[in-house]
Amino acid sequence: MDTCKTDTAAAVDIRDRMNIVIVGSVDHGKSTLLGRLYADTGTLPEGKIEKIQAICKQQGKEFEYAFLFDAFLEEQQQGVTIDTARTFFQWAGRQYIIIDAPGHKEFLKNMISGAARAEAALLLIDALEGVKDQSKRHGLLLSMLGVKQVTVVVNKMDLVDYSRETFALIEKEYRAFLSQLDVTPQFVIPASAKRGDNIAAPSPHMAWHDGPTVLESLAQFSSESEQAEQPLRFPLQDVYKFDARRILTGRIASGRLKVGDQVIFSPSNKSAVVQTLEAFNVDPPPTQAQAGQSVGITLDEQIFVERGEIVSHERSLPLVSTTFRANLFWLGRRPLEMGKSYLVRLATHEVECRVAAIHRIVDADNLSLDQQQTNTVVKRNEVADVTIQAKAPLAFDLYTDFETTGRFVLVDDYDVSGGGIITEMVADREETLRTEARQRDFAWVTGDVTLADRAKHYGHRAALVLLIGPDTTGKTFLAKKVESTLVAEGRHVYMLDPENLRRGLDADLQEEDARETIRRYGEVARLLIDTGVLLISTTNSFNLPADQVVEAIRTLVHPAPVLTVYMSKETTASPVEADLAFTGPEDFTSTAHAILTALKEKGILAETIGNQPVFQFSI
Amino acid sequence: MRHLRQLEDQSVYIFREAYKHFDNLGMLWSMGKDSTVLLWLARKAFFGHVPFPLLHVDTSYKIPSMIEYRDRLAREWRLNLVVGQNKQALAEGMNHERGRVECCTALKTNGLKLLLEEKGYTGIILGVRADEESTRAKERYFSPRDKNNDWDFRDQPPELWDQFKTSFPPNTHIRIHPLLDWTEINIWEYIKLENIPFMDLYLNRGDGTRYRSLGCAPCTFPIKSTASTVDEIIEELRATKVAERAGRAQDEGRGMELLRKDGYM
Repeated sequence: MDTCKTDTAAAVDIRDRMNIVIVGSVDHGKSTLLGRLYADTGTLPEGKIEKIQAICKQQGKEFEYAFLFDAFLEEQQQGVTIDTARTFFQWAGRQYIIIDAPGHKEFLKNMISGAARAEAALLLIDALEGVKDQSKRHGLLLSMLGVKQVTVVVNKMDLVDYSRETFALIEKEYRAFLSQLDVTPQFVIPASAKRGDNIAAPSPHMAWHDGPTVLESLAQFSSESEQAEQPLRFPLQDVYKFDARRILTGRIASGRLKVGDQVIFSPSNKSAVVQTLEAFNVDPPPTQAQAGQSVGITLDEQIFVERGEIVSHERSLPLVSTTFRANLFWLGRRPLEMGKSYLVRLATHEVECRVAAIHRIVDADNLSLDQQQTNTVVKRNEVADVTIQAKAPLAFDLYTDFETTGRFVLVDDYDVSGGGIITEMVADREETLRTEARQRDFAWVTGDVTLADRAKHYGHRAALVLLIGPDTTGKTFLAKKVESTLVAEGRHVYMLDPENLRRGLDADLQEEDARETIRRYGEVARLLIDTGVLLISTTNSFNLPADQVVEAIRTLVHPAPVLTVYMSKETTASPVEADLAFTGPEDFTSTAHAILTALKEKGILAETIGNQPVFQFSI
Repeated sequence: MRHLRQLEDQSVYIFREAYKHFDNLGMLWSMGKDSTVLLWLARKAFFGHVPFPLLHVDTSYKIPSMIEYRDRLAREWRLNLVVGQNKQALAEGMNHERGRVECCTALKTNGLKLLLEEKGYTGIILGVRADEESTRAKERYFSPRDKNNDWDFRDQPPELWDQFKTSFPPNTHIRIHPLLDWTEINIWEYIKLENIPFMDLYLNRGDGTRYRSLGCAPCTFPIKSTASTVDEIIEELRATKVAERAGRAQDEGRGMELLRKDGYM
């Protein structure tokens, strides 16, 4: 089969490369434009045009440039491009990767896949048909996908007698539409791909056009990323320990990272200094890196951090919340349902979530904001304004500030089924406590003993076991049992009863100061956890619903692991999604052992003392 | 050079996503220029290590020096090499004279299928490139295959913002393509930039021919070429208008489309 190779005229050193997506309604001439671009830049393999011409003659069809690219037999039968295809050409020292995205409505998924990789777009409009719904929809999606460099090509000008007036009307209408989306096309070009007008060479039929040709417009787009000039965002991808080095890897989404930088991990609020940048077959090793680069770093201390965290400098931190508002497009076979569980993937972070609200379905035709609708589903190919609520806090940014950390996809079952851009952080109930925890953690002064040292010494990771459920179910009795069992093994364990704070630390508080009671408890727990202890606690003394208690404590001791155990006399559903649940009078010895087993399974408790718990170095 | 580093960064990212998400991962290595660049990129991604086995589906018809090169690098780079072969088809005398597509299907597609069944790999990394031929131009970076190894190119998953398809139903697997965006010239530019060892079959060694693409001896033909260095190859490729796989017999007609739909690399 054929490939595309450049001719000698373009055989100069390639300075850079750029991904271009071509979008437009069906029959607006995308494939023809591509065929023309390749033919006119001398890119096509020898004999390709002649071969296609011969086939056309044989089948009694008129030759079209579009045929050059419709390589699949299946496609030729249907006459439409089926999937995103990539082709390459070089021009004036730049390598272009052309992503041909189909225009059929049912193939929107592929158009989005194509456009999501693009740095610039060619958007085609048929001069005869004018601005269609699909043209508007494509404009909307390009703006959501973050493609900011756009050339609008008003194609088939030969069919409107190269009329300057027709062109001017289309340009005016489409510019007005795009401006509502904050998209300003750099160029609007009248052209005819079929006749070759204003594609590679200026058109003799449209001398009134004083702008560039399509090819010239591409050359004017920048492939330089401005992201290096933004604050640092480095989503952690993985942690490796193939040899003596413990290397944290990922791709820098924006900004710069240098050896010696003090960096913060969000949402865990951990902090460390970058000791080295690691690289294979690079001598001398690099000392700094910037947006776009896949890198590996080592830190001055072994802190426990994991995939999904976003590394930044302290002066510009990402937002952290469980909840955010977003514009979302849905591609799933099944509609997106409010309340149903999905997986949100934001940079490298993955967490379970649900759609808490569907505010409106965005109408691409008029982008109307005034219609109040009540929807509980978003159907395939629809765009909606929604609120997403995740099960655990995650770090992110607003899309207008940061591209990579401001967008996400939703996974339904096995499939990536939708994508969105974050428009607003929504403060959840724990926002105040979370902010407090962040400020407190950044300023936290530590000794030379790390959490990892303590974990090895005690044979467990510092953690909190919370016993929840109605009164008189034996929670305190069980807590004592777990404490004594573990201490007998030589572990560092402490039962912290909230009652013990009442007359002392909380002596100034009244019954109604429930939130403050829990804040103080959470801070005490945080302090003790920093000593490496495994805390066990009951929760009855808090005058608040169990789910609020657990969430508040979780927020304050974050990122220490919390194991929740629900105890009840009858089979009743736990108000909190508990890790373990026990009903009725229990054999407390076996219950205690069930908790120990769960702690081992979660990697909190090592099998024996002196062993490192598996979580810590499981890499 | 910047464009090569951009390609490298993307490939490394893909490698690391694959390693994170797949417990049972393997990488196909045909010893050709592409899969050797792939191997080099794996060492980049994992800082000199290759933390998964390299799979070679041996048709028994490879050019002998390819096998020597394979074993030498496996030793020097401490690679975990797994060789698979469709022994039954070979015992029954399968060869290209029974039909090139038939032979490729039996020894490569089915040879790979047997290896996948035996080892239960859920992720397979391959060095296919979009510019090689039309069906590969339609590939995703993470491309699902059903339980029969079939590729449904008409209904591929969306691939947004480097969020790849990493979850899949039981008994299916994912083909992972870190080199998808690379062109043939990029491969040679990168071999030069990183000084990657490659087989001298790619060079003219005095007889005015060289191999541009390597496969089985009976179905791979050298091209006329005077290029005897990497620089000369790059220069030659910039001027050529002949397809890279013109010397690969199984590509003729609808060969590749039929082969790839059924699970060919």
